[in-house]
Amino acid sequence: MIAPLIVFFACAILAVLGAILLIIVREPIHSALSLVVVMVSLAILYLLLGAPFVAAVQILVYAGAIMVLFVFVIMLLNAGEEERTDWSKIAKWIGLPLGFVLLLEIAHWLFHSEPGTAVANGVAAPPPASTFALSTALFRQYLLPFEATSILILIAILGALVLARKDQ
Amino acid sequence: MSIPVSYYLALSGILFGLGVVAFVFKRNIITIFMAIELMLNAVNLAFVAFARAHNQLDGLIFVFFVIVVAAAEAAVGLAIVLALAHTRQSLNVDRVNLLKF
Repeated sequence: MIAPLIVFFACAILAVLGAILLIIVREPIHSALSLVVVMVSLAILYLLLGAPFVAAVQILVYAGAIMVLFVFVIMLLNAGEEERTDWSKIAKWIGLPLGFVLLLEIAHWLFHSEPGTAVANGVAAPPPASTFALSTALFRQYLLPFEATSILILIAILGALVLARKDQ
Repeated sequence: MSIPVSYYLALSGILFGLGVVAFVFKRNIITIFMAIELMLNAVNLAFVAFARAHNQLDGLIFVFFVIVVAAAEAAVGLAIVLALAHTRQSLNVDRVNLLKF
């Protein structure tokens, strides 16, 4: 019965390592690959949380489509090693402390929240969310937002075409 | 043996913080976009964890919409990167300082 905990910690450590690697490597293509590691381990966590459809969408859309787009653009532009500039000192002295302040704030909020909400019923209790229930909610209760996202995607495609056109 | 929801929220917070640090630190505009994707992923994890804790589907629906908006944002953002690379011949955000005080 300890198995879910082991899977959780393995995926959590993998995700955090991938995120740290995204920061410390200098080649954009290596950053993209470490982001794929984060996304795949998050998909396993979604399976653990009983959301198989969201896990599949995470793999297909995030690790598939979006990351392929990123890798494509990196290769199209032949993006090499990131150059160092003096300006990043501002980020070093202001950005890093503020990032840690945000982490501490989240940690403080987590450990001082109500015990009822923080340690609610875990993964084993309710049955997993079925794809049937999810699609019923999506196409009945949330039909209007769903149609709105289709218009959003259409506008995004047109905007990308107009922006990336060469003869401007 | 069930995993407390606070573990998932802690992981989500750590990933979001690392995304913020990457967003501030990196100088390559493509990597900055990746940091935004990392933050969106961290928020998605919190949504799924809360949906599980309260046994409701609304969190999962919201994750769905976040993924769609992230896809649209990546498409438009990378098109802007392409246009920028054609005009500036560089991917460094420090070179894009026309509006900077």
